[in-house]
Amino acid sequence: MKKYINDLTVCSNRRLSDDYFILGLTSSNALPEMLPGQFAEIKVDNNPNVFLRRPISIHDVDYAKNVLYMLVKIVGQGTQTLSTLKVNETVNLVYPLGNTFNMDGVTNVILAGGGCGIAPMLYLARHLHQKHIKATILLGGRTMIDILEAKEFKKYGDVFISTDDGSMGEKGFITNNSIMKKLSSFQRLYCCGPLPMMKVFAAIAKQQQVDCEVSLENTMACGIGACLCCVAETDKGNKCVCTEGPVFNINQLKWQI
Amino acid sequence: MADLKVKIGALEFKNPVLTASGTFGYGPEFEDFLNIDSLGGIIVKGTTLEARQGNAYPRMAETPAGMLNAVGLQNKGVDAFINDIYPNIKHYNTHIIVNVSGSKLEDYVTVVEKLNDLEHIPAIELNISCPNVKQGGMAFGTSCASATEVTKAVRAAYHKTLIVKLSPNVTSISEIAKAVEDEGADSVSLINTVLGMAIDAESRRPILSTITGGLSGPCVKPIALRMVWQVSQAVKIPVIGLGGIMNFTDAVEFLLAGATAIQVGTANFIDPAISEKIVHQLDAYCDNHRIRAVKELIGGLIV
Ligand SMILES: Cc1cc2nc3c(=O)[nH]c(=O)nc-3n(C[C@H](O)[C@H](O)[C@H](O)COP(=O)(O)OP(=O)(O)OC[C@H]3O[C@@H](n4cnc5c(N)ncnc54)[C@H](O)[C@@H]3O)c2cc1C
Ligand SMILES: Cc1cc2nc3c(=O)[nH]c(=O)nc-3n(C[C@H](O)[C@H](O)[C@H](O)COP(=O)(O)O)c2cc1C
Ligand code: FES
Repeated sequence: MKKYINDLTVCSNRRLSDDYFILGLTSSNALPEMLPGQFAEIKVDNNPNVFLRRPISIHDVDYAKNVLYMLVKIVGQGTQTLSTLKVNETVNLVYPLGNTFNMDGVTNVILAGGGCGIAPMLYLARHLHQKHIKATILLGGRTMIDILEAKEFKKYGDVFISTDDGSMGEKGFITNNSIMKKLSSFQRLYCCGPLPMMKVFAAIAKQQQVDCEVSLENTMACGIGACLCCVAETDKGNKCVCTEGPVFNINQLKWQI
Repeated sequence: MADLKVKIGALEFKNPVLTASGTFGYGPEFEDFLNIDSLGGIIVKGTTLEARQGNAYPRMAETPAGMLNAVGLQNKGVDAFINDIYPNIKHYNTHIIVNVSGSKLEDYVTVVEKLNDLEHIPAIELNISCPNVKQGGMAFGTSCASATEVTKAVRAAYHKTLIVKLSPNVTSISEIAKAVEDEGADSVSLINTVLGMAIDAESRRPILSTITGGLSGPCVKPIALRMVWQVSQAVKIPVIGLGGIMNFTDAVEFLLAGATAIQVGTANFIDPAISEKIVHQLDAYCDNHRIRAVKELIGGLIV
């Protein structure tokens, strides 16, 4: 897929809570085709402390309105600076980068995202829906503020929720949600979020022999396969998460699970 | 349109803008963003005799105005380069230079013997300055005796243009430069990365799996400029300058300090189209300053 380096214009910047915001970006040209799981490397201007671009997933694309959405969690200076972007300001993207989720050979799947890990899941749910693949969505977080976009997800399938403190949905870890008891009824589990959470999901999926894909968030410099900084250990040696990922089948990864 | 041509040894470059090893892949990674043929040359990833997996993740840490890396020469080995990569890039109408790395003297020699035969590789850059491998690597570049030894052996085995890439992690880079000049190097390139370190105060752990790594980006530019200046005073062979070049004014500064050509490294990560932009902007700079040939800038520092 051809990659682009473009200035996009901010058309919305919606604060979901203290920590999360959704950027809407548009262009005078038609946006290129983007696939679920792919990401953009965003240049952070106006902050001399931020040197490298920041990788952020494609959260959703509305081709009718020509708008690309990105869901971002503020964790440091880069994401903090992006959160202050105003409508009509421009931001430079290198995109679309990386591979996509495997949507072949399935009719009934489950998507699990913890916190900001839901970022790539909404666009995946949209694509599954278009392909008439039944999707069930499991969202998790520490508290209700971390449960994002539940209403949007409901358009595409049944939504299950877990919070550590029980302020929304079931109380407990996302990996213990009651829907997980029925995991073997699904043909594939897609998952994104903190690494320890993904490893628990991967272990459960492996044990129950359910196919499982995870989206990794290794730190990156170039995002285009040039620096070899972002590697994950796989059965075929070190692979760049930015070009051969970010989505991997857990059978490829050398995880101790 | 100024005359942008420069010469390194017997080799003429259409312009002085090259891309630095390890920051530009093999070229195809950047084809969507720029015209490779517009560049003076590309220097491909450090290539060793055997395939190398490199160091464990994490291999990168962002630092003020720069980054640390500890990739550790991950590459598929020289045979895979020759059989699988070279056929896909040899059509580029620019000089493709292979960065040769190793941990044993014999390995360097075997690799360059294999590269001799490749028609579209007119030069090699001998990397005796990689801080990210346990044995060899930088060790060859940090003493005059070992730099002499490896340059001598490679010079005897390699018949085309030989560039030796120097480490800044030494007491006197000029002494090393003179040593490799004496052994018949056609050019020296500098600097490789500066040995550095990053710590996470929360976890009390180093950020890189290797604890230390190589610093690059604008934060190293003043060091690189100083070294290019010193080395270009000390040797007669052309100097290729790099370290923190982000835009065309940085490039001009290196030429003024004495560099005949420059390499763009970490900047490729921030703007994958930057190297071609620097070519065009250098041209415009020359026109604006009524400079007919970019060569006139080399060593043109007014002191
Ligand atoms: C392919 C990919 C897709 C991503 N998608 C999204 C997304 O859609 N939304 C989103 O909010 N974030 C996403 N991220 C993570 C995001 O890139 C980082 O949170 C961001 O770069 C942090 O920048 P910062 O300057 O705000 O924080 P920094 O100052 O760089 O870091 C703050 C803290 O977070 C830690 N940290 C930073 N980056 C990472 C990382 N990649 N993995 C683990 N810890 C890290 C640092 O160690 C530090 O402790 C994605 C990452 C990747 C690789
Ligand atoms: C991720 C990365 C990988 C590198 N790999 C190599 C390499 O394989 N061989 C080499 O000689 N130099 C390597 N370098 C060093 C660069 O070529 C260059 O000397 C250095 O980064 C300084 O220039 P810069 O500040 O413009 O990046 C690497 C640098 C980076 C950042
Ligand atoms: S981030 Fe540079 S290779 Fe993946």
